[in-house]
Amino acid sequence: MKHFDVIVVGGGHAGCEAAAAAARLGAKTALITLRQADLGTMSCNPAIGGLGKGHLVREVDALDGIMGTAADQAGIQFRLLNRKKGPAVQGPRAQTDRDLYRSAIQKLISAQENLQVIFGEAVDLIGSETKVNGVRLRDNSEITATSVVLTTGTFLRGVIHIGDVSRPGGRMGDDPSVKLAERIDQFGLKLARLKTGTPPRLDGRTINWDNLEKQPGDPDPVLFSFMSNGVSADQVPCAITHTNDKTHEIIRQNLERSAMYGGHIDGIGPRYCPSIEDKIVRFADKPSHQIFLEPEGLTTNTVYPNGISTSLPEAVQEDYVHSIVGLEHAKILQPGYAIEYDFVDPRALDAKLAVKGVDQLFLAGQINGTTGYEEASAQGLVAGLNAAALALERPEITFSRSDSYIGVMVDDLISRGVTEPYRMFTSRAEFRLSLRADNADQRLTPRGIELGCVTPNRQKTFENKQQRLEDLTNHLKSDTYTPTQLSKAGIRVTQDGSRRTLFQVLAFADVSFKDLCTLDARLEAADEEISEQVARDALYSNYITRQQKDIEAIKRDEAQQIPEGFDYNSCEGLSAELKSKLIAARPRNLRQAQKVEGMTPAAIMLVLARLRQQKPKKTA
Amino acid sequence: METIFARASAQGKAGVSLIRLSGPHAFDCAAQMVGFIPKPRVATLANVLGSDQQIIDQAIVVCFSAPHSFTGEDIVEFHVHGSTAVVSKLLKNINKNENTRIAEPGEFTRRALENGKMDLAQVEGLADLIDAETEAQRTQAQRVLSGELGRRADEWRSWLIRASALLEATLDFADEDVPVDVTPEVRSLLSKTRHNLDREAAGVTSAERLREGFEVAIIGAPNVGKSTLLNTLAGREAAITSDIAGTTRDVIEVRMDLSGFPVTFLDTAGLRNAVDAIEKIGIDRAVARAKSADMIVLLTQDGIVPPGAVLRPDDIAIKSKCDLDPGSDGVSGLTGAGIDGLVDKITDVLAGRMMKDNVATRERHQIALLRASEYLGVAIGVLEQGPDHYELVAEELRSAISALDSLIGRVDVEVVLDEIFSSFCLGK
Repeated sequence: MKHFDVIVVGGGHAGCEAAAAAARLGAKTALITLRQADLGTMSCNPAIGGLGKGHLVREVDALDGIMGTAADQAGIQFRLLNRKKGPAVQGPRAQTDRDLYRSAIQKLISAQENLQVIFGEAVDLIGSETKVNGVRLRDNSEITATSVVLTTGTFLRGVIHIGDVSRPGGRMGDDPSVKLAERIDQFGLKLARLKTGTPPRLDGRTINWDNLEKQPGDPDPVLFSFMSNGVSADQVPCAITHTNDKTHEIIRQNLERSAMYGGHIDGIGPRYCPSIEDKIVRFADKPSHQIFLEPEGLTTNTVYPNGISTSLPEAVQEDYVHSIVGLEHAKILQPGYAIEYDFVDPRALDAKLAVKGVDQLFLAGQINGTTGYEEASAQGLVAGLNAAALALERPEITFSRSDSYIGVMVDDLISRGVTEPYRMFTSRAEFRLSLRADNADQRLTPRGIELGCVTPNRQKTFENKQQRLEDLTNHLKSDTYTPTQLSKAGIRVTQDGSRRTLFQVLAFADVSFKDLCTLDARLEAADEEISEQVARDALYSNYITRQQKDIEAIKRDEAQQIPEGFDYNSCEGLSAELKSKLIAARPRNLRQAQKVEGMTPAAIMLVLARLRQQKPKKTA
Repeated sequence: METIFARASAQGKAGVSLIRLSGPHAFDCAAQMVGFIPKPRVATLANVLGSDQQIIDQAIVVCFSAPHSFTGEDIVEFHVHGSTAVVSKLLKNINKNENTRIAEPGEFTRRALENGKMDLAQVEGLADLIDAETEAQRTQAQRVLSGELGRRADEWRSWLIRASALLEATLDFADEDVPVDVTPEVRSLLSKTRHNLDREAAGVTSAERLREGFEVAIIGAPNVGKSTLLNTLAGREAAITSDIAGTTRDVIEVRMDLSGFPVTFLDTAGLRNAVDAIEKIGIDRAVARAKSADMIVLLTQDGIVPPGAVLRPDDIAIKSKCDLDPGSDGVSGLTGAGIDGLVDKITDVLAGRMMKDNVATRERHQIALLRASEYLGVAIGVLEQGPDHYELVAEELRSAISALDSLIGRVDVEVVLDEIFSSFCLGK
């Protein structure tokens, strides 16, 4: 029988990232997936990144993950969203060539030391009700491991709907995993149902591009990986078209034939990514909706019309597609469909993404109720690192809301659960001014170096950059200038007599690094990448100082550990309802306890009082 | 959860005394003592029996079932004859039940807070209501207790959340069909909220004075009749009076209900250029207390302002010993002439300082309101720089919302914890 430190089940975005992370940390890792071709498949839209999502990709990259590198190699149109706004809310995004992405991921996986890919179907877990020791494959062979990471995406009891036709399936053309779902039932985990939809795929040769507005990529592409130097693939534009009255009329008349409106689907779909049926019902007064026509690659004719995901019958899809400008003669290559699947209430997990009460089992990706490649990949990283840490008997590796979007996401998932497919937004991060896509390396690469999950090459590149950042920052902080000196250099400043460093001046919204050069000619020699980054750090420096207090409060609450098996019944004055909620949620620290539904400050205080009471006894 | 009990009415002999039980075993306990569980919310006459099955008293028993009660738990109230012996026998009997224990001070309220029946401001309001001595204090406490501050904070919060949502939409959905410039609506939401916060904060100072009592200092030259006036106002000999100038050396305080306002009158040493060292100390004290008092009543016989006295706009200067000068306006402590007019003047000034519908009554509220307002001020400023800086406006808003939350005790656990720890005896 084969034995590994870590087994990862599933070769999607979460699975690949989990396997790569576990292997980077030095664990002997097996990645089990059905076929070679599954690795790196983008089953939804051919794009990576965006607002909040781009932040996650950068953070995964800062810890030497694979998604950013692959996306850079496969990117065929790069845009930095919110380019005109502040750096904290800018998010890198790229259209990607599906084939290039898949082959980039496959190359990275096969080049990864300690990682073996096993083709087969994991049909069951082996072990007991409180511990998992490995998996059983379809051919009844067993593989054992110290840690098992499940990343089965939408395959748990997946059902695909096209209009009133439905059939079991995890993704178009694949079977769902029913046995695994039953096994998960046995662990007593709470399962619920979500849905998500895809649009029909179109043949680009049948689209009339001439009549459509083009959306080119940025002239100076911003990439994902801190290690990438430039784009690899040819760059192509997208196009934009819109739905119209006729489209809406066709959809309205056929609503009851839609799987979602015909009562075939019970799962809850995302509010921020509604189907075209949803858009037309919920925003009935909007005469038109935007559609981005995204090429799926350089060598394919398939086009992904982003904005019209649907579960209407095929014939209706044809009709409404043809009502849209530019798509009058468009041929549908694959109809749009909705997929319904089980997910595990992520409140059953801890910050390592380990299942509470079932040893050695980790869950990552869509199985936890999230949506999106980037969210999946970031969870894969967390679960993979911790699965490896457990096997290698190393301390747990967790992230905080104050250090990363990864920390924000994990905290949201495990303490609040999900009511719709969870997607990252910048507004979810209360410390977003310091958690930026541009400084993900500054925030996380030192941690990666310490953990040993970063290659020497990245470490060298990072340390070099960091040194230059520090040198320039120190230089800007070394001398002070009077308001008069600053005014002479054309900088608007209150004549309050107080001397300011150039770093402080750089925090003014209307001052750029170039403006400083008139005051100190030596600055002209500064490297552009470095000076831009220092300017971004400076812009928010005042806010970041202010947030420090909140960050410390969070850290303090996170540091207040609640021991396993803490007796909530001993908390005098805590209501029976809250006691049972706390016992069910098993928060590991005070911060997580605060997030338990219905928690009041007074109740938290009772828990804290009890914890403080117990502490001296321990040390005495 | 233990079932707690305590006498809810005051100690001592009374017509009726009230004993309250709260917790999961309250109803069992009642059934044990009266033989049945009275229908909730119906005043039920019943014989209350001791463990020896002897009648302790005939009482009105009222049950409230959770969560529709003061504490949010099952509650039983015994309205018994207010005899010391009856009450003590009843309490002893309840205590014999193994599931009950005597409540700690404030514990019923604490449970109401924990069970979400009241917010922090309401608890403060309840404490104020129980402490209220005058009509104006009662009305103010009642407003706070009704949860009005929480409701207002919720409304302001909802405006800020709306503003925040508008900004976030432009930030997080940049690529979709959302408006690019939401400045006008955000501006109006922020200004409206800020105006309300400032107005509420401005009323706190006087509301807090109302809670704690106003100080009115009576000052004037020696032997002008200050102590006599004080004694007449107080209706008793509070201060020693004599015709020897400089009789009052220390500051004498008398607290009274002045047409609904709690007022502490301060009788002070007469102001003159003294040579006596002890009198000098008394005069210095008089000047200092007058300065910090909410109001000054200056008594003069000749219209001359004595050394050290400084009058502020709302202060009153009045002719004293008007009985010596028949037909003149003024006040006489000796005959009581003009006293009513003086009292009216004082209460008019104090009432004028009160905001009629103010519900923020404590310094803690004021600090939170002003902090939120300050963040909003900055936010409004940054907002004018346009959509390119929305992330900074959003940041200021986040801080403002969190400042507001601390007002009614919702988000910042540490602050609320400190507040609760200092108000209730917890953690033993």
